[in-house]
Amino acid sequence: MKTPIYLDNHATTPLDPRVLEAMLPYLTEKFGNAASRNHSFGWEAEKAVEEARNKVASLIGGAPKEIVFTSGATESDNLAIKGVAEMYAERGNHIITEVTEHKAVLDTCKKLEKHGYRVTYLPVKRDGLIDLDQLRDAITDKTILISIMHANNEIGVIQPVGEIGRIAHERGVLFHCDAVQGVGKVPLNVEADHLDLVSISAHKIYGPKGVGALWVRRKNPRVQLTAQMDGGGHERGMRSGTLNVPGIVGLGEACAICQREMAAESARLLGLREKLRRRLEAELDEVYVNGSMEHRLPNSLNMSFAYVEGESLLMGMNDIAVSSGSACTSASLEPSYVLKALGVSDDLAHTSIRFGLGRFNTEEEIDYVAGRVIEVVKKLRELSPLYEMAKEGVDLKKAQWVAK
Amino acid sequence: MAYSNKVLDHFNNPRNVGSLDKRDPNVGTGMVGAPECGDVMKLQVKVNGEGVIEDAKFKTFGCGSAIASSSLATEWLKGKTLDEAMTIKNTDIVNELSLPPVKIHCSVLAEDAIRAAIADYRRKQGARQEPVGTVQP
Repeated sequence: MKTPIYLDNHATTPLDPRVLEAMLPYLTEKFGNAASRNHSFGWEAEKAVEEARNKVASLIGGAPKEIVFTSGATESDNLAIKGVAEMYAERGNHIITEVTEHKAVLDTCKKLEKHGYRVTYLPVKRDGLIDLDQLRDAITDKTILISIMHANNEIGVIQPVGEIGRIAHERGVLFHCDAVQGVGKVPLNVEADHLDLVSISAHKIYGPKGVGALWVRRKNPRVQLTAQMDGGGHERGMRSGTLNVPGIVGLGEACAICQREMAAESARLLGLREKLRRRLEAELDEVYVNGSMEHRLPNSLNMSFAYVEGESLLMGMNDIAVSSGSACTSASLEPSYVLKALGVSDDLAHTSIRFGLGRFNTEEEIDYVAGRVIEVVKKLRELSPLYEMAKEGVDLKKAQWVAK
Repeated sequence: MAYSNKVLDHFNNPRNVGSLDKRDPNVGTGMVGAPECGDVMKLQVKVNGEGVIEDAKFKTFGCGSAIASSSLATEWLKGKTLDEAMTIKNTDIVNELSLPPVKIHCSVLAEDAIRAAIADYRRKQGARQEPVGTVQP
C-alpha cells in the first residue's frame, strides 16, 4: 500500500489508464481538427468525436446529437442557465434553484439577478433534500427554468431528480440538472428522469480535466439556447471553438467504462464506504453523518467529529487526502455553506470531513484510513478543551464564550 | 497550505498539554474563542510565592496553527514573572512560528489567552487579600 492515500474523489479523480490509452493517439499522430472537412486528418478526428458523442449520450439515455461538448461542467452550467435565460427571456424571467448547488450554478444565477432575472433559492431539509411541495409552490407563470443538481459535491446527497423533472414538465418549465457527481456512479436517464439539460464533467469520472458536456433535449420539448461564446458555430451553433479531440475521446471512453462497470463498482464502493462508516461510529463517540444516508452516492461520506477542528484533523492525518468543511481550510473563514444549509451548527461544521471513495481505492486503504482517523481524533480530543468540558457535563451551547 | 516546521513540530509534539486545578487559588485560567468560530483555547498558569509562573498548561480546539500558538505560549510562560508574561505579543508568536497572514488570528487568540489567565489569577489573589466585611477600627 502506497501513501498518501487519495480519498478526495469528489474533487477530482485519477485518469483511468484505459482512458489515457484511448486518448494517446489523438495527442500524437491523430492530431486533426474535427472541423476540417476536406482531408483524412479531419475525418479521423471527426469520427473519434462522433464515437465519443455516442458513448456520452448512451450513458444517460440521450441521443448523440443532443450532446454539446464544453470545457467542463462550469461551462456547461453557465451555458445551460444563461443560454436558457436569454433564449426564453420573452416567456419569463424567473429561475428556481437550491441553496446547496455548486458555485457554478449559484454564481451564474446571481449574475442573472443583476440583469433583471428573479431567482428563488430553495432551502433544503435537514437531510439535504429539497421539499417538493416548496418547489411546486415556487413555480409561477414567469418561471422558465429549474436548476437542481443530481448529487451534491460536499455531502453526496442525491436529489429526487425524476420527481423534480415530472413537476417541471407538468408546469411547462425546463429542468437543468448539474449531474457532475452522480453521473456514472448511479443511474440517470434523461427520459425516465424528465431532464432537459444535463451538465457532465470528465475529470469526476476518471477522465481528463478540461472537458465536459451539456446534454440538450432536442424534442418534447426542443430546448434552444443562446450561445455564450461566438465563433465558428461548432456544436450546432451552441458552443463555438475547435473541439478538444483528445479530451472528448477521453470523456467518451470514461463514460463507456462507467456504463459497463457502474453496477459492480457502486456495489464495491458502497461496501467499503459502509465498512469505514461503521468502524468510525463503533470506535468513536459523538460522530455524526451529514446528510441523508438513504439518498446518497455509494462512494460518499461526510462526517462531523465533534470537538475536533477539521483542519487540525487533516493535518494530523497528512498521509490521507480528504477535504474538510472547516472554515480554516478556505480563505473565506466561513464554514461550508452546504452544511449550514442543512442546519448543521457552525461548531459541528468546523469538525466535518468529506471522504470520497473512488475506483482505485482498495479495502486495505480503507482499513488504514479508518484506523488513522480514529487515532488522530482521539489524540486531538485529548487536546480539546471542548471535549473535556463535554465530558464534565458542561452544556457547550449555554457556555459563555469570549469570541473576538 | 504549507506549514512551517515549527508549527508542525508543536502540532505533532505539543508541549504542556493538560489541565491544572482551576479551583486552586494559585492557578489562573484563561478560556478564549468560541466553538462556532472554530477556535477555543484554554490556557492555565500556576504561580508560585515569588510571582513566577512555575507551570503552564493548555488545551486547544482549533487548526494546527492555533494548537502550535498555544503550545509555544505555554513554553514561553514557564519561568516568567507575571509582568514579563504580559509583554508577550502576538507578533512574537507570528515571527517564531512563521504564521501566514490568514493564521494571525491564532496568535492573537494565544495572546488573549495569556492575558485572560493572568487576569484570572490576579482576580483570585485580589479577592483573597481583601477579606470581605472588614470591620473599621
